[in-house]
Amino acid sequence: MGAGRPFQDKPGLTVHDLAIARGGRALFENLSFAVQSGSYAEIRGANGSGKTSLLRAVAGFLKPRAGQVTFARVEEPSEALHYLGHLNGLKAAASASAHVRYWGGLLGGYERDALTRVGLRRVADLPALALSQGQSRRLALARLLVAPRPIWLLDEPAAALDVNGRNVLAELISTHCSSGGLVLAAVHEPLGVKPDQVVTVGA
Amino acid sequence: MSPLAATFRRDFALMWGAGGGAMAPLGFFLGAATLVPLAMGPEHALLVAAGPPLVWIAAALAVLATLERLFQADLEDGSLDQFLLSPAPLEMIVLTKGAALWCAIGLPIALAGAPVAIALQAPLELVPAIVMSLGLGMAGFIGVGLVGAAVTAGVKRGGVLISLIVLPFFAPPIIFGSAVAGGAGFGPAFLILAGCGLAYSALGPIAAAAALRLQVE
Repeated sequence: MGAGRPFQDKPGLTVHDLAIARGGRALFENLSFAVQSGSYAEIRGANGSGKTSLLRAVAGFLKPRAGQVTFARVEEPSEALHYLGHLNGLKAAASASAHVRYWGGLLGGYERDALTRVGLRRVADLPALALSQGQSRRLALARLLVAPRPIWLLDEPAAALDVNGRNVLAELISTHCSSGGLVLAAVHEPLGVKPDQVVTVGA
Repeated sequence: MSPLAATFRRDFALMWGAGGGAMAPLGFFLGAATLVPLAMGPEHALLVAAGPPLVWIAAALAVLATLERLFQADLEDGSLDQFLLSPAPLEMIVLTKGAALWCAIGLPIALAGAPVAIALQAPLELVPAIVMSLGLGMAGFIGVGLVGAAVTAGVKRGGVLISLIVLPFFAPPIIFGSAVAGGAGFGPAFLILAGCGLAYSALGPIAAAAALRLQVE
């Protein structure tokens, strides 16, 4: 990806009248919005309002009670999106560079600079066990770079990141958007990137 | 590297790496098999009759011990979400994880079956059939085990539940595997066992993948 391989086909995603229930309780209903290629959209809402559920429904992990999510100019949504959840998806015994190699194979792609770009070059050979919370989060961010995919779904991406880590994240998001990708992120604190739109859930 | 090659490499490396626990089932199998003659005494006829079934039970229990964390760890650390975003179908990823498990613990146990069979007074000409039947039986145990592990991935301390789910399916391989080791060799029992092992390992991943899709909700 380097300085940002453009996603020329300009992907988009649209949520129509989405309703999600968890544990028998309705979180939200009739939620509709669209995110265009090149834009950064923030999801805001109180704890328990359904931000994570919304992201998981967009990713296709969770079946909504009603409504649908459609993608424009995307062939196979599950192969065009990255999902960064609360869980980093790390194995304690595997090194940072082993994770990057594995994700490259699993998700299709291989970006040698991924660890450098998130500031983990020095600890590339340490097992994930030895990484701090913030470093683990940075390693999970490296997954976004390993396989270039146009749609990023981020759930509290700045969790556990220090100031420098937040700057790295903000830079990744703006680079991604300027190369034609789109980012949908659930956040509590502003990430330092001006959102093009804000989606509020569970008002 | 393709998605499946990456999955195999990672799983195998994690199982054989520090703290991966691939040695534990093998140790369990060898330990249990060693206890058989100690418990039954050195009488030749008794060992020949009771040894093969006990070896098969030890092999089945050794597999059982590895199943609990197989998908639970992936569910808890978020890896399961990433499987769903791979270009490879989830069924194939599950099959690959099963293959990695077979190579990491199934194959060593099958090979360890040779010295164990000799120690339990099995005739030497039966040893190749015993090793191959253990290999096929382990594939079958793992195939069913994938389903048990997937269904219970979200259950804390699901080990006992896994046993309840998979043990009934372990019966056919144990019956025919014991017959092979008890003197039937490469006969009809071996063929039925091969059928069980291959069918379980082909169908198990499909059922396991369906269960895992529900787990990520």
